[in-house]
Amino acid sequence: MSWRRFLRRGWWHRERMDELTSYLEIEIAENVARGMTLRDAQSEARRKLGNRTLIQEEIYRMNTVDWLDNAWQDLRHAARLLRLSPGFAAVAILSLALGTGANTAIFQLVDAVRLRSLPVHDPRGLIEVRIAGGNQRMGLNDGLYGQLTRPMFNELKKETRAITDLFAWSPREVRVGRGNDLRRVDALYVTGDFFQALGVTARQGRLLLAEDEGACPATRAVVSYSYWKNEMGGRELDGATGLVVNGQFKQVIGVAPPDFTGLAVGQRFDVVVPFCRPKELRRDVFDITVMGRLALGQSLERATAELGALSPGIMEATVPAGYSAKTVETYERFRLAGYHASSGVSSLRSEYDSSLWLLLVITGMVLLIACANLANLMLARSSVRQHEIAIRLALGASRARLIRQLLTESALIAAVGAALGAALAQALSRLVVWSVSTTTTAVYLPTKIDWRVLAFAAAVGVLTCAFFGIVPALRATRAMPVAAMKSGGRGMTAGKESFSLQHVMVVTQIAICLVLLTGAVLFIRSFRNLMTFDPGMREAGITVAFIGFEQSRVAPERYEDFKRQLAEEISAAPGIRHAAITSNVPLSGASWTHGIHIGAQEGSSKFTWVDPSYFDTMNIHLVAGRNFKSTDTAASPRVAIVNKTFVRRYLGNANPIGRTLRTIAEPNYPATSYDIVGIIPDTKYASVRDDVPPMTFAPATQFPDQAPWTAMMIYSNLTPPAVRNIVVRNHPEMVVDCVDFQTRIRDGFTRERLMAVLSGLFGLLAAVLAMLGLYGVISYIAARRRNEVGIRMALGAQRHEVMGMFLRDAARLVVVGVAIGTVASLLTMRAAASLLFGLKSYDPVTLSLAAVLLAGIAALASFLPARRAAKLDPMIALRDE
Amino acid sequence: MVYLCLYTGMAKKHAESPSPEMLQGTLDMLVLQTLLPGAAHGHTIAHVIEKRSEDVLQVEHGSLYPALHRLEDRGWIASFWGTSDNNRKARYYRLTPAGRKQLTVATSHWERMVRAIGGVLRPVGG
Repeated sequence: MSWRRFLRRGWWHRERMDELTSYLEIEIAENVARGMTLRDAQSEARRKLGNRTLIQEEIYRMNTVDWLDNAWQDLRHAARLLRLSPGFAAVAILSLALGTGANTAIFQLVDAVRLRSLPVHDPRGLIEVRIAGGNQRMGLNDGLYGQLTRPMFNELKKETRAITDLFAWSPREVRVGRGNDLRRVDALYVTGDFFQALGVTARQGRLLLAEDEGACPATRAVVSYSYWKNEMGGRELDGATGLVVNGQFKQVIGVAPPDFTGLAVGQRFDVVVPFCRPKELRRDVFDITVMGRLALGQSLERATAELGALSPGIMEATVPAGYSAKTVETYERFRLAGYHASSGVSSLRSEYDSSLWLLLVITGMVLLIACANLANLMLARSSVRQHEIAIRLALGASRARLIRQLLTESALIAAVGAALGAALAQALSRLVVWSVSTTTTAVYLPTKIDWRVLAFAAAVGVLTCAFFGIVPALRATRAMPVAAMKSGGRGMTAGKESFSLQHVMVVTQIAICLVLLTGAVLFIRSFRNLMTFDPGMREAGITVAFIGFEQSRVAPERYEDFKRQLAEEISAAPGIRHAAITSNVPLSGASWTHGIHIGAQEGSSKFTWVDPSYFDTMNIHLVAGRNFKSTDTAASPRVAIVNKTFVRRYLGNANPIGRTLRTIAEPNYPATSYDIVGIIPDTKYASVRDDVPPMTFAPATQFPDQAPWTAMMIYSNLTPPAVRNIVVRNHPEMVVDCVDFQTRIRDGFTRERLMAVLSGLFGLLAAVLAMLGLYGVISYIAARRRNEVGIRMALGAQRHEVMGMFLRDAARLVVVGVAIGTVASLLTMRAAASLLFGLKSYDPVTLSLAAVLLAGIAALASFLPARRAAKLDPMIALRDE
Repeated sequence: MVYLCLYTGMAKKHAESPSPEMLQGTLDMLVLQTLLPGAAHGHTIAHVIEKRSEDVLQVEHGSLYPALHRLEDRGWIASFWGTSDNNRKARYYRLTPAGRKQLTVATSHWERMVRAIGGVLRPVGG
């Protein structure tokens, strides 16, 4: 084998042919010179030269690379065969493309959320420091990533030897701009050495350094590449370039590189601001994520051991004041530990991890169905080609060569299918990212193709090819040539054994399809349950307004009056029915807990401070006692309204009205006694998915930690922007965000919506594929039994009897498939139990619904070919022989 | 022997090849030998071999061309287009240094073979 010759074989071929012609010319000329006639000279010369074609062939064989040539030949042959049956080709390629496309898309997301490393220097060396087991909901958490407090970080940085380059960061939402032109922007607050520790270098200017972390307020900032490009016009930075962040001017000293979008997967930042050092750091705010690198020669285990040993000292030095003895004890027992962080931290990961893996399994099953379909089609095709294959075997073709040829056809289908699938995956994964992004939180995931995704698609292609190609190819070439040629389409009934494999595959398809349909129905019903669930309060028509009035120059002791005035002003506006102040917005995921003593019992309750119109606004009716009144003021006795769960848990059957609960002290929240004056029914708290916790409401006027902000629930028939206009009408200096309450709640159902939409889509796809499979097999059986049907009908069988014969065949397959599928569903859907709302994974209604759906589809798929078979004219069928 | 090994391999693969194995192996050597005095084209080579062997080696002249192709590919001969004595376009071949070396190797091998076979065939005790 010589590549040099191979690549120039066309040229060589022409050269040698020219040479042979030259030989002939010379020989003829000599012959003529010897006195022969031209005619004799020509034939004599040709005789002397010998068989020209043989010479050509010998030279060609020398030039060729056998296997490559064969492969090319097979490929052209396969392409020709596929062109000849475009229907088969289209079905095969399309079903594979859908299968691989779905798989690749989901893999792409798994890759983005789970597997990809951060674009920083040596991501494998990154570790995160957390409190093992979390902070027990202590203190304040204002971000998703908050793990430690800043005093903890400072102590840790002083003490640790196992971890170097320790840095901390905290994502926050800030407002950039002045006056009416305020924009919400995602900011990252970081320690000064953040970029250095990560090894990220500036795109322009310089990034932050340790010395940029100084006295409050910080004066410098760095912007992300996209923010610089889109919001700042991508202009060269100069000393005067700056942004007003939360009312304070910061000089923009640099631009981060384009591929660095922060350490939180699925989120990005616009502005990076260094932490500043206030006189007193709060010890009860768990708002930073701490990361670092292992020191030389350290392992994660050793670092964790060191962290464990340092923890008691660190905790003792940083314990926040104002907590009860018991809470302090809990705090002092906190132990720090190290965790790998090479692919960043992600709330998406915890929220979507199981969903994505489950979806990957689901799409894998869809692909399996597609493969089974193709294998069946290939089997059917190869038995049609049995005759051809038998003749070729008889003529001396080797079995290996024939298998190679049949496999080439499969490989071609797989390759085209996988390529189309990879393209399809782009659109699909973008669709998924778009569907998990909500009106309030956008998700940023890079969905570009990288080698990993391509490798995955290629691997899927190879596997599918192997799966649907090998068995049919082996089977097709196994036949004894003589037997095959003799029976070629002649037998009266077709042999049973050649069907059995196809039967097994159809049964498998139906079983898998049932599993997927069950999953789809489960997720769709679960989503519907969530959407229609009554949380015990009004959802529609409510606008949530978050109001900040720091700029309104209100004295702190007048905050409460200002809020009440604002609420009165708003509720008096046309179109507004109610407006109520609240310290916490229900069903938003937020949670506000205080420890309580009630009698001798100790426990905890959710706390919300509201004004008297809150229960009317939210359409919650008291079941006993009284509502808050305007006479409940900061000066009057503390009163509370609790929910039924509270009563059940802490008071049993005793009359709750008039009982007293006492909160456990926390910073800014001294221990306070409240008299219970009313009872409300159970309403959902942070999320409709959670059980109702014990809840306590207290008058907004008695809120101990007054601040220049509030949330307001506004019931109206206006849109959120219209409501916002009313709110800011008299107070243009206020920062106001208005969102629709119901939309906000439903944004929280993203995961369920994703699962419902995708599992529904894939279930449908599976059903279509399984239907095609069943249709194909019944048609094929009908075609093979044409003669038998002809004879039966000639002997007097009725049409419906023939049809019944095929339908019985189909029914047997479906029944077995459904039986296996039911068992498989029960087993597999347990994995989905945690993702379901309001129904069990073994929900009988769902199972029977899926089974009936599948049976209906199957009936349709087998009815058509059965009817066609029964319409057969017996004379034509028999004459065909 | 590299040369013979390659050769038998090739012969096995194309068993339907017109020339007998031994002859095909020696054909290469003969071609190289023919080119020793100077460049020649295919027609000349064929006739020279036929004449020098006193018509014993009656091969189809066409089978020479695959041999030329093979030899050229191995780098033992090189070719160029020229004009024949009777003014026709013809492809000329000449020995390359590698070809010259190969010829010595092949010739000495051949002579050893002939001596060995001769020794075996000599009448016992003669």
